[in-house]
Amino acid sequence: MADEGIAGSVAAPGGGDRPSTIVGRSPWQIFWMRFRRDRVALGAGVFLVLLAALAITAPLIARDLVHHDPNALFRDTLNEIGLPKVGPSAEFWFGVDTSGRDVFVRTIYGARTSLLVALLSTGFAVVLGILLGSLAGYLGGWVDTVISRAIDLTLSLPVLLFSIGIAAACSIKAEGCLGGLIQPGISLVTAIIALFTWPYIGRIVRGQVLTIRNKEFIEAARAMGASTGRILLRDVLPNLAAPIIVYGTLIIPSNILFEAALSFLGVGIPPTTPSWGRMISDAARGQLYTVAWWMLFFPGMALVLTTLAFNLVGDGLRDALDPRTQVTG
Amino acid sequence: MSVQVGERAMPGTEEARTPLVRLRGVKKYFPITRGIIFQRRIGNVHAVDGVDLDIYPGETLGLVGETGCGKSTLARVIMRLYDPTEGTIEFEGRDITRLKGRELRELRRHMQMIFQDPFASLNPRRTVGSIISEPFRLHKTVPRDRIKAEVQQLMELVGLNPEHYNRYPHEFSGGQRQRIGVARALALRPKLIVCDEPVSALDVSIQAQILNLLEDLQEEFNLTYLFIAHDLSVVKHVSDRVAVMYLGKIVEMAPGGTLYRNPKHPYTGALLSAVPIPDPRLAAHKKRIILEGDVPSPIDPPSGCRFHPRCPSAQFPICSEVEPTLEPMRPGQVVACHFPLPDRAVIDEGAEEATPSAGPSAG
Ligand SMILES: Nc1ncnc2c1ncn2[C@@H]1O[C@H](COP(=O)(O)OP(=O)(O)O)[C@@H](O)[C@H]1O
Ligand code: SF4
Ligand SMILES: [Mg+2]
Repeated sequence: MADEGIAGSVAAPGGGDRPSTIVGRSPWQIFWMRFRRDRVALGAGVFLVLLAALAITAPLIARDLVHHDPNALFRDTLNEIGLPKVGPSAEFWFGVDTSGRDVFVRTIYGARTSLLVALLSTGFAVVLGILLGSLAGYLGGWVDTVISRAIDLTLSLPVLLFSIGIAAACSIKAEGCLGGLIQPGISLVTAIIALFTWPYIGRIVRGQVLTIRNKEFIEAARAMGASTGRILLRDVLPNLAAPIIVYGTLIIPSNILFEAALSFLGVGIPPTTPSWGRMISDAARGQLYTVAWWMLFFPGMALVLTTLAFNLVGDGLRDALDPRTQVTG
Repeated sequence: MSVQVGERAMPGTEEARTPLVRLRGVKKYFPITRGIIFQRRIGNVHAVDGVDLDIYPGETLGLVGETGCGKSTLARVIMRLYDPTEGTIEFEGRDITRLKGRELRELRRHMQMIFQDPFASLNPRRTVGSIISEPFRLHKTVPRDRIKAEVQQLMELVGLNPEHYNRYPHEFSGGQRQRIGVARALALRPKLIVCDEPVSALDVSIQAQILNLLEDLQEEFNLTYLFIAHDLSVVKHVSDRVAVMYLGKIVEMAPGGTLYRNPKHPYTGALLSAVPIPDPRLAAHKKRIILEGDVPSPIDPPSGCRFHPRCPSAQFPICSEVEPTLEPMRPGQVVACHFPLPDRAVIDEGAEEATPSAGPSAG
């Protein structure tokens, strides 16, 4: 049978007269090929990996390398009116704060809080978004109506105001809310952030499912006798992977900022848990940063660099996964 | 697709045979709704509006009509992808109109579909092997450890390199992708394959190859085709009988040769006069029937004969008031028109006998 020619540089002639030394590349291999070439995104990714390593090993670093507990108070680093007098030095790499605590140790402990809350809340938001978004898109009708209204409503709420309200309501009693399922602290903050960010994923998933649902390959699957569940799992979801990865990655930095904002406002995370947002608010109180710039500078830089890195990685992923940007070779 | 098959399906013998597919009064309306929470139905798209159709075992029934006249909708109703609004569908004499669940899945083994768009009809995230083997995994007609061998055999059969088992659709050209679609449709050895414009999206040079492939497969596996196209030139070389559709209704049906020699419906005549004739000598004999205007909206189809706003032969008020029904004209030919065309209205001089070379050549 004659061949109709080849699509792109990857396909070898169907006739097979050329030995197929060129192995077919999966969409993921193509993605990795493209992403690897994006130096900026790759650099940002390396930064995030290092940050994660630092966050995970923070207790070890604090105990064995710096020998400073995050909540240890070094009174002799404060002057007579209680202001920190030790800036970045050999003993205190990032200086000390107004209670005489090591800012470096608190910054790497803050990375734990930030990453944990941001990753967990993004994870919940993605799962919720996929579930509700794909149901709305695939089933349509009143299911779609209800879910879409919920998305619109959530996105139109004044987020910080509602967060403070919910956090306050759930922190009145020690057992928290939803029958003790959500307790004050990290789980409460995570739940609040997930609650306000799933609609972004849900909306994107719904839109994608709407387009995919009408593709002929879905009809082909139905014509072959596949069930709705199988179609959603095997034909719809794999096609959602790319946008979900991209938007999931882009939501992480905004969730980091969300957590920082809540901590800055003194909501949710207990004061003893190191958190970038609370460190910044400590530095801002009474304009302390005019006498101890390091109190603001280091947690601020950590926050800026981390959110920037996540955004750069997200952009890189988007470029590498976008089927519209053609890459040859 | 050969002439012999055409003669087999000719009337006379027609009554004696049980049709593989039998449609009676099939309608498919799509509701147009307004409102967000409480949806009100404000109208209907009359996509298919009362179709009677028989498809006989072993034949190729062509279905032509302009884009938007309801061909794909009819195909999907036959495939039970859409539930008909009204009417009955029989498959091998059995009413399948309301089949559900297990029974419907079982039925799907016997009818498959080839789609128009070779890009949209293959899941970009699946390998060719996974796409073609899906029917085996769904219906368990082949033991698990035999699936790969079976799929590679199918790939060879449709002219694909079996070594490309692990490749993804984006690595293939349009024609090769359509071969993947053919292999998938063929996997369960169905009795009926509905081909919804299988070559419309392909280059002309590749169209003939795919048509030849379909023809070879029909012979080898004794397949029955419903072959859909939006112009007559493709259907012409492929079909034993041709049904012409306009705005949700069949307006004429006849054996291929008869239809080209003696189209009776003015709409068929117009479609036929749009088919290019390569030989200028013969082209000179062709009379042009130019269609004016666009296809009217299927939301509110014209009264009487739906073709009357565009029909060059229309006479009023009868054409705009009385709906013509399908009436037999000559053996095997039925037409829905108050004023059918005279014989040889489009092409004189036995033009059709002299043009078979335009058919698909050996690939
Ligand atoms: N799922 C649908 N919902 C609403 N209208 C539809 C749907 N599918 C098709 N239609 C309408 O039905 C008519 C027939 O469409 P179709 O069967 O695709 O025609 P063809 O295949 O002949 O081009 C068109 O007017 C089209 O807009
Ligand atoms: S019935 Fe009248 S309007 Fe309709 S096709 Fe025949 S001549 Fe034309
Ligand atoms: Mg169509």
